[in-house]
Parts: sequence; structure tokens; C-alpha cells
Amino acid sequence: MANQGTPNHGTPNHGTIERSLPLLSLLSLLVIAIGGLVEIVPLFRIESTVEKVAGIRPYSPLEQMGRNIYTREGCYTCHSQMIRPFRDEVDRYGHYSIAAESMYDHPFLWGSKRTGPDLARVGLKYSNAWHLAHMEDPRSVVPVSIMPAYRQLKDRDIDLDSLPAHLTALRKVGVPYTDTQIKQAIADAKAQASGVDTEGLLARYPKARLGDFDGQPDRVTEMDAIIAYLQVLGTLVDFRDARLEKGAAK
Amino acid sequence: MNNAHSPTFSPALAAGSIPGLNEAIVRRFTLATIIWALFGFAAGTWVALLLAFPQLNIGLEGTFGRLRPVHTTGVILGFAGNALIGTSLYVVQRTCMVGLWGGRRLADFLFWGYQAFLVIAITGYVLGITQSREYAEPEWYADLLLLVVWVTYAAIFAGTIARRREPHIYVANWFYLAFIITVAVLHIVNNLAMPVSFAGTKSYSAFSGVQDALIQWWYGHNMVGFFLTAGFIGIMYYFVPKQAERPIYSYRLSIVHFWALIFLYIWAGPHHLHFTALPDWTQTLGMAFSIMLWMPSWGGMINGIMTLSGAWGRLRTDPILRFLVVAVAFYGMATFEGPLMALKSVNALSHYTDWTVGHVHSGALGWVAFIAFGALYFMVPRLWRRPLWSVRLVEWHFWIASLAIVLYITAMWVSGITQGLMWRAYDALGFLQYSFADSVAMLHPYYVIRALGGVLYLTGGILMTVNIIMTIRQPAVRVPKVAAAPAVTA
Repeated sequence: MANQGTPNHGTPNHGTIERSLPLLSLLSLLVIAIGGLVEIVPLFRIESTVEKVAGIRPYSPLEQMGRNIYTREGCYTCHSQMIRPFRDEVDRYGHYSIAAESMYDHPFLWGSKRTGPDLARVGLKYSNAWHLAHMEDPRSVVPVSIMPAYRQLKDRDIDLDSLPAHLTALRKVGVPYTDTQIKQAIADAKAQASGVDTEGLLARYPKARLGDFDGQPDRVTEMDAIIAYLQVLGTLVDFRDARLEKGAAK
Repeated sequence: MNNAHSPTFSPALAAGSIPGLNEAIVRRFTLATIIWALFGFAAGTWVALLLAFPQLNIGLEGTFGRLRPVHTTGVILGFAGNALIGTSLYVVQRTCMVGLWGGRRLADFLFWGYQAFLVIAITGYVLGITQSREYAEPEWYADLLLLVVWVTYAAIFAGTIARRREPHIYVANWFYLAFIITVAVLHIVNNLAMPVSFAGTKSYSAFSGVQDALIQWWYGHNMVGFFLTAGFIGIMYYFVPKQAERPIYSYRLSIVHFWALIFLYIWAGPHHLHFTALPDWTQTLGMAFSIMLWMPSWGGMINGIMTLSGAWGRLRTDPILRFLVVAVAFYGMATFEGPLMALKSVNALSHYTDWTVGHVHSGALGWVAFIAFGALYFMVPRLWRRPLWSVRLVEWHFWIASLAIVLYITAMWVSGITQGLMWRAYDALGFLQYSFADSVAMLHPYYVIRALGGVLYLTGGILMTVNIIMTIRQPAVRVPKVAAAPAVTA
């Protein structure tokens, strides 16, 4: 090999490393492990990573199904869900995002690109009817929009029977769904999508936005789910919490 | 300079000089690289068109959201991945003077296993099966398949080094090795998930929110750092000196920048999460290490480019060398722009905009793909034992692809910086000057230019494919008994 330095064959130096596969592999593994460990491990240990905030709750079954449609359709490829603490972002989108707001997000959907606007606080900014019209034909409400139409979601039913399994899987990774919430998952989804018999739902999932979202009260469709999800985004935090108001004054 | 000697063909290795040499597997990976390149470039051009002309989004299966990962997986894991595995198997056998460990069956499993993973992953996206983790979209079952394939790859590569007939492990192999090890670690940690049912496709990430975001971008950034950088630096360290017929500029520099690069890269992930809910100290660490990363990156660039010392004139006549060297120059540019964009004050403007997309593509189109093209043009005549069909066509490929990159990057710079400035603009009365929709309406011409860049880049890829097919269709050249291979690598 072309050498300008000459690997020393006596004392241990780099020549030793590059003549030993185990040494080279082990040292490489060690060297690449350090950065990740220093940055990632403390996030699981330090309390201040995610400060508890009043109002944050796990997603209702219908909202979680909407979230799954959001990931399935790759909405995150064009929309962020993370408002940065800048004057213009706070003016445009609302209070900057805080860690607790995504504590039940498996996976996180902060996104990396804003071809479309940030959606972290899109909840309740528009009516259910606006969302339905926008999903069916984005350019009917935003003429310059380049978003695809998602009218097919209205024809696709949610697989209600699978809901308890979804909530159970989420509980296994740390979302505190109770046994009742899992047992009532199907009834809760039906109640939220139709807007009928919602007492139990609202007790379990305060501030859940009620349907009928898609104009089909007898069906629980993917359109119901995605709108229910969009309508809850950013609406759960209780900004009367004194610590947050102090932060918002920035 | 040996001017009588064709720049595209030197006598191949004499048969039997490397016991157990497996060139069939390298030929397969070479062809797979070309097929995935065409697929990935075409998918990229198509999704670029979807952004310029949204009416082209058809059904749910044909939307940008589902097809974007088809493009990214097609080019990163398909094109770049096959190029990495193919070149690494080519290089490791030659620099260790021994055939692949594990035999032909294992190598075949690696090849078909990897292609199966790609097809399963990509068809899944179209059907709506995704983890929504950028560059780690495949669901749990595809991840498990990739894990098995990757361990096989690591075993073949390391096993071959273990039985090398040379005392030293050649520098290209350090980089390949670090890339293989790190990608394994990244893949396992970032894909930890709980399937809803073992009969179904859906899973939920083991992590949530802040932790999930950092783990994903620790993964995401180091897929750039190790998959698209360290591995490709391995390609540089073999193919640049080979094609230039010059030794590597500095052995010492290669040691220093190897350890510095792999140590520093891992820390840089948080710069994807500036000003988010990620704790400040993590963001600052990520920024600081991103800036430090500039040095080992340029160490590698200098070592690659200065290898041409005394052979600069060949850039005029040898388009293959030009692909390799311009790639390294793009690497230098992209690794200067990267630390710049990792500065929090710059990132405040650039983040969430097309500037990021342009930055990625200056690295991907300029560095990753160009050095892969150079390596393909170098390997094909040697693997099939026949001279390249047309050097002129390589010239055409080079210039068309270069023009494509210029169109792509400039369009994204302008659209990205304009987006960033429009979002933060205030009018004289203290109101936001532009609605978000204004920043979308502004994009159209740049998206058309970008798509045109994509069409040109794809055209270049088609020229390469034609050239390589025609090369393979020619009759083989008889290999002389005693090969006069230039002694660049020992």
C-alpha cells in the first residue's frame, strides 16, 4: 500500500490495529458507540426531558386510527408537527410545541419538511366540514394547494375489531391505556365518529372532537378517523398552567 | 503517464491469482446497482413531478406521501446499497488476495436476500405499509429480514478479511467495516417496535416523542454518515487511486480522518432537531460536533483529490476519473454546507425548507452517485473482461448529469431560502406578510426546474445502462497469462 508514514512493526501503533481484524472492529464499535450513548441515554434518565403538563392524554381509539392513516399516507413527508419558538411561527401556528405534547406519540411525527403548513396546532382551527372538503379536494378550499386529494378515505371503513389489539400494543410500549379503555375501544370509536352516546368517550378522552365527520353517521370510516385526529392536534395542553404562560411570553 | 494505455481498461487479474475469487456475485450486484439506479432516479423524477403538477397524484397508492419513500429507498438502499455491497465484495477480495468467506451459496443468499428485502419494503410503501421513520420506513418483518441479510454480509466481509493473505487491512476496508458495523447498530436500535399482531404488518415504535425523535435522527443522520459517506469513502480509497494509477496522497491523513470521522459523525444527529422540544443541551452538542465534523470530512476530500497529484492532466481525457474526482469535490462542498446548516442561526432559516432537500441531493447526486458511476465504469470492463463500449458516452453521461445537478441544486437553494424568508417576513404594521399558501404558490417554477434536473439525471443513467449493456454484449478479451496490473494496491 502507498505509505508516506511507515507503520512501525515494533511498538504498538496504528500498524497493530490495521493488522488485527478483531481490534479494528472492536475499536470502531467503541468509537461509534460513545456519541450515541452520551446523547441518547440521558434523555431516558433526566426528568426534565419531558415535563408533565396538564391535559395531555393518550389518543382516543378513533384519533389513534387517524394517526395511523397520517403515517400510512406519509403526511409527515410534507407536514411538520413541531412549532419552533420563533415569533413568526408562534404568530402563524400558535404556542411553540412542548415535549409533553408528543409523549404518547409512537412514533413521533415532528416531520422534517414544510411543503405544507405545520399541523401541530391545527386542531379546532377549521370546522369538521372544512376538513372534509379539504380532504376530498384540497384545491376547492385552497386554490394554490399542491396536496393530493384523499376522497377515497370516505369509502374505507376502519377495522373496528382490531382496535383493542392496537391499544394493547401501545400499552406494551408505554401508553397508559386502562383495561376499560381497551375494552371500550370499539364503542368509543363508534361514539366519536357518530357523535352519539359520547358520555363514556368524553370521560375517558376529554376534549375529544365529536363527529359525524364524514357525513355518514352509520359508518366509521378512515375519513372520520383522520379528521378526528387532525382536530385534536395541539388542543390538549392546558395553557392556564402558569409555567407555560411564562414560557409563552417569550 | 502511460498514454498508450486505455483509460477504461487495464488487463484483468490473471485467472487463479486470487484463490476462490468470486466475481459472479460482484457482477450480479453491479447489474442490480444499475437496475436500482434507473428505478430510483425514475421514482425521484416522478415524485418531483407530483409536487410540480399535483393533478398527477392518482388514487391513494399514487400519492406523493406513499411514493416519496419508494424513491428514497430505491436510491439509498437500492442503488447505493447494491453499489456498496458490490464494490466492497470486489475490493475486499482483491485487497485481501483471497476469495469470499462462506462460499458461493452464502454470497447468493446475500444477493437474493437483499433484493427480496428491497422489493418487500418498496411494494409495502405503495400499499401503505410504513413505520414513517425517514429512511427506516420498512415495517418490522422487513426489518428482521434485513437484519439477517446484514449479518450475513458482515460475516462474509469480515470472514474474508480474517483469512486475508496480506498483513495489513487496506484502508478502504476500514471504512467498509465501520459502515457495516454502524449500520447494524443503527438498524437494530431505530427499528425496535411492538407489532400489533404477528400476523399483521403494523407495529408501534418502542419509543415515543422526544426520545423517538432523537433515536430516529441519530439513525437518519448516520445513515448519511455511514451508509452514504463512510462506505462511499471506502469506494474512494480503492477506485480513485486505481483509476488515477497513483498512490493515496497521505497514509497518516487516512488514519486521522478515519477515526475522527467515525467518532464525530455519531454525535451530529440532533442538528435535525434544532429548536424542537429536544433538550437544548442535546441540540448544542449536535451543533458543535457537526461543525467539528467539517475537518475529518475535508481530510477525506483532500486525501482523495490530492491522490491525483501528478495525474491532473488525465481529467481532460478520462471521464471515469472525472466522475470519481468531481464526486470527491461534491463531497467537499456538501460537507461544508452541512456544518453551515447545522448552525442554529442558519438552521432557523433552512430547516423545513427545500434548502435541506437541495443539500441532500448535492451530496447524493454529486458525491454518492458520481463515485458509484465511476466505480461501475471501472469495474464492468474488468468483471466482464472486455473494454468499455464507448468512452464518448461516458462523457455525455458526465456532462448531462452535471447539468442536472446544477439545475436541481440551484432550484432548491432559491425555493428553499425563499420559503424560509417568506415564512418569517413581517409587514410594516407588524403582521405576517405572507400566508402559508403564498409560499406554496411561489414554489411551482422551481419544482418544474427540479423535475427537469431529474429527467436529465435519469437520462444520464440510461446512457450509462446502454453503455454497460453494449459492453457486456461485446466478445470477451483474452486475459494474458501474466497480468501486468499496476501496483497501486499491494
